[in-house]
Amino acid sequence: MRADWSIYISFIGAGLVMLLPRNAKNLIRWTALLTGVAALTVALTGYLAYNSWIKTGNAGLWQVINLPWIPLLGSNYHLAVDGINYPLVVLNGFVCVTGILFSWNIEERVKEFFAFFLTLIAAVYGVFMAMDLFLLFVFYELAIIPKYFIIAIWGSTRKEYGAMKLVLYSFIGSALVFIGVLAAYFAAGGITFDILELSKHPIAGHIQVWVFPLIFVGFGVLAGMWPFHTWAPTGHVAAPTAASMLLAGVVMKLGAYGCLRAAMLLFPAGFEYWRWIIAWMAVIAIVYGAAVALVQKDFKFIIGYSSVSHMGFVILGLATLNVTGMSGAILQMFSHGVVASLLFAVVGRMIYDRTHTRQLDELGGLRKALPFAFWTFLIGGTASMGLPGFSGFVAEIQVLIGAFQMSPWLAAGAAISIAITAAYILLALHKVFFAEEEHVTGDGHGHGEVVGESRWNLPGITCPEVVASVILMALLVIVGLYPSIMLDMIKANVALFPGVAR
Amino acid sequence: MNYLTLFRALAPEVMLLLAAFVALTFDLLLQHSHELQQRMRIAGVFAIVGLLGAIVLLIQQAPVTLLGGTLVVNQLTVIFKIVVVALTVLTVIISIEYPVGRHVGEYFATVLFGAIGMMLLVSAEELITVFVALELTSLSLYILTAFHKGALRSQEAAVKYFMFGAISSAFLLFGMSYLYGVTGSTNLREIAVAIQATGSTPLLVVALLFILVGFGFKVAVVPFHLWAPDAYEGAPTPVTAFIATGSKVASFFVLTKFVMLSFAGMPGSAFWKHLTPGWTMLLALMAVASMVLGNLAAIVQHNVKRMLAYSSIAHAGYIFVGLLAASVTGATSVFFYVIVYALTNLGAFGVVTALSERVGGDDLEHFDGMAKRAPFLSLLMLIFILSLAGVPPLGGFFGKFYLFMAAVERDSVNFGLLWLVIIGIAMSAVSLYYYLILLKHMYVHKARNEERLKTPAYLNLTLAAVAIAVIYLGLNPQPLLALLKNFVAQL
Repeated sequence: MRADWSIYISFIGAGLVMLLPRNAKNLIRWTALLTGVAALTVALTGYLAYNSWIKTGNAGLWQVINLPWIPLLGSNYHLAVDGINYPLVVLNGFVCVTGILFSWNIEERVKEFFAFFLTLIAAVYGVFMAMDLFLLFVFYELAIIPKYFIIAIWGSTRKEYGAMKLVLYSFIGSALVFIGVLAAYFAAGGITFDILELSKHPIAGHIQVWVFPLIFVGFGVLAGMWPFHTWAPTGHVAAPTAASMLLAGVVMKLGAYGCLRAAMLLFPAGFEYWRWIIAWMAVIAIVYGAAVALVQKDFKFIIGYSSVSHMGFVILGLATLNVTGMSGAILQMFSHGVVASLLFAVVGRMIYDRTHTRQLDELGGLRKALPFAFWTFLIGGTASMGLPGFSGFVAEIQVLIGAFQMSPWLAAGAAISIAITAAYILLALHKVFFAEEEHVTGDGHGHGEVVGESRWNLPGITCPEVVASVILMALLVIVGLYPSIMLDMIKANVALFPGVAR
Repeated sequence: MNYLTLFRALAPEVMLLLAAFVALTFDLLLQHSHELQQRMRIAGVFAIVGLLGAIVLLIQQAPVTLLGGTLVVNQLTVIFKIVVVALTVLTVIISIEYPVGRHVGEYFATVLFGAIGMMLLVSAEELITVFVALELTSLSLYILTAFHKGALRSQEAAVKYFMFGAISSAFLLFGMSYLYGVTGSTNLREIAVAIQATGSTPLLVVALLFILVGFGFKVAVVPFHLWAPDAYEGAPTPVTAFIATGSKVASFFVLTKFVMLSFAGMPGSAFWKHLTPGWTMLLALMAVASMVLGNLAAIVQHNVKRMLAYSSIAHAGYIFVGLLAASVTGATSVFFYVIVYALTNLGAFGVVTALSERVGGDDLEHFDGMAKRAPFLSLLMLIFILSLAGVPPLGGFFGKFYLFMAAVERDSVNFGLLWLVIIGIAMSAVSLYYYLILLKHMYVHKARNEERLKTPAYLNLTLAAVAIAVIYLGLNPQPLLALLKNFVAQL
């Protein structure tokens, strides 16, 4: 089936869910899950087909559909896939399916939840595949509104504030993009919005210099680019689990993808002009995000700030403008999408929904109470630290190599964060899963004896959670041990990107 | 001039007049024998039949120019008359359930008189006729605003609306008299020729200024907006819908005709750092003030109708941005946006009408938990409000996009009008905030009383049709856009 069916299936699923009676909760959940699986299947089969085409030495775009949409503007309904967006399309599919599985315990307004969720998923598929600037913008803005409702209705901690902040940040970002898009359109002659066509019309250098930052920063807001990242931690923390997964896992990638596909492709001269500033801002984000994560008291905030840090790697990789660095950036998008989803699932679903607290000081000793959560977090955490054997390692090492080619100082700056990341992950691991054992025995009895098990009397991990976690962990390991399944197509297509150094 | 031609060309208006009289007469006859609710339905049906008949007549109309260019019928005016009539139909439909008091026949007849005024306004190309049509529209609306006989708010709103409206008419008439004095003609096209010949003169600038002030009141732009919030809040909600949609469409159409046609010879410039006096500059100043003040004032409102009033002031500002591009694209974008905006707003006020009657008020708090109490209408409201906010894939998004695009296109080398677009977009982001506050009340807050609200099926279906139209115009704007663009030359 054509790749764009992922979009339609998700939209149809959202519509179906809306038609179901509101009390048939299980029916709604299964409908949503089947929709997600169907869309993922479409994406995955296409991905594998494309991958085998790449293996035979090809590279480039696969056109999906290209119809005139609003001829008066020169806007086409143009969707296409290549090695740059296919990994992200597949990522969206996986996060959708696992997100639905982790939302199985939502009992309130189930119908509306999945309707909003699937609408968001469909819009994200659309952004990743769109090859027309206007179309991309439409999907991009369409993705903003469902987030508001998902967070404001089903969220926790300061949810209305977090939701409004996130939406206004996104909207302001898209306002910048809007101005940039119009400027690009007219600077290139005002005849087409098609990205591929536009990239053939050189835009005057003095215009590129001021339009490029509009579009790059506009998209960068959503990618958690420092100093416009502050929506990310509050938004992630306020969101319900599935939405945190989506936000960190996919939505932040929308921003980075937009930076690559719209800003960097259309404004090479502007990019060249701003490249170093962007690279250093990325390094600041990497180190700053990690350092702030280190001092958080709320478990979810740790993961929230770690997202800022990891997304910094993506921006840094893009800024290197060489094959190694950019490929690493795209792989990092995928890898961080999976890791962040997994970690947010552990924090939000497995721990918070059961203990109703995320404060590190109040948690502790969960290793015995929730062994599965412990192992999941251990694997997700090590992947997040970038240990070999997981996809994060492959991605980050490439970004660092790419950055080193640009300037050793950049690589050195970014490398600091690896130590800090290890520190905050291990610290969280210790406080959440082990610390209790010391606490309880520490009050005058010496130590070594485990007394605290009875404090947690928690319901066990459910089947949907296990399935979803296993899927995500498997992805980390498969891409970690066999990176060429993704890296080949990325590299082949990044090499075609105009202006990229070998 | 053959009277038969005149009659044929004005057949749709005559149709409405007949319908108004029939509704009046029948209501007078049934007054004592029937319940109020039944009378509302009967009179409403008469009005709707007349309006639908007018649409049929409009579709068949052939282009013609009457009385030496006083009234013009062409494809463009026909499109806009159809829009006005359709908006009136929707107004009538949402009125049927609304308690407007004992004077049922008078209510619907006045609505129809207002519609006739708007239709004439669309056709008119001569100063006196424009003025008369405008007065017919306005007087009908003043009366309708006061229809809540018992409510002091409604009376206050009507008086305020009337005072402001009368003063604005005076301004308009004064400007028109100067225009006639300088150019020696009352025909818009002849005026255009005269102005092209003389260029901008001080007296013409005075005329322009006064005419723009007059129209500024009618379309409610800052600083001539003060009547709008009170009138919107105080008037019966269906009447608010009529003021906010039908009269806006007609006023914007005739305003576009004035500036693009008659004053084409003195545009001035609104380009950044090159502001020179002329109508585009004046519109630019009003646009900026409206976008900024309208959106900022809307944030602090607690009443939904008042909030929508301020939002409509802001939208008038956006429309001005497209209009002052002074190009074919600009006029097309204004027409497209006005249509989409009127549909969206009518839908929004329709939902407010249906719900506020059942919960006893139209403050934000009254809408708490509406998503649970009236899920279907809440969904429609979500669509209308997001369209007003300019979220794709809804009509409002594309309309706004095209308005701003027209402004950028005007000077696509130096981006002279980009400053207006930047203000407009920044203010759109602000507007999303208060629109989301309303949606938050409906979707996030818990209702104090979770009882389901029942609304009549015909109302739900009508509003659903409006919502579908709004979505369709966003997904596939090309047909309407191409149609308007083709006929803009007839302006």
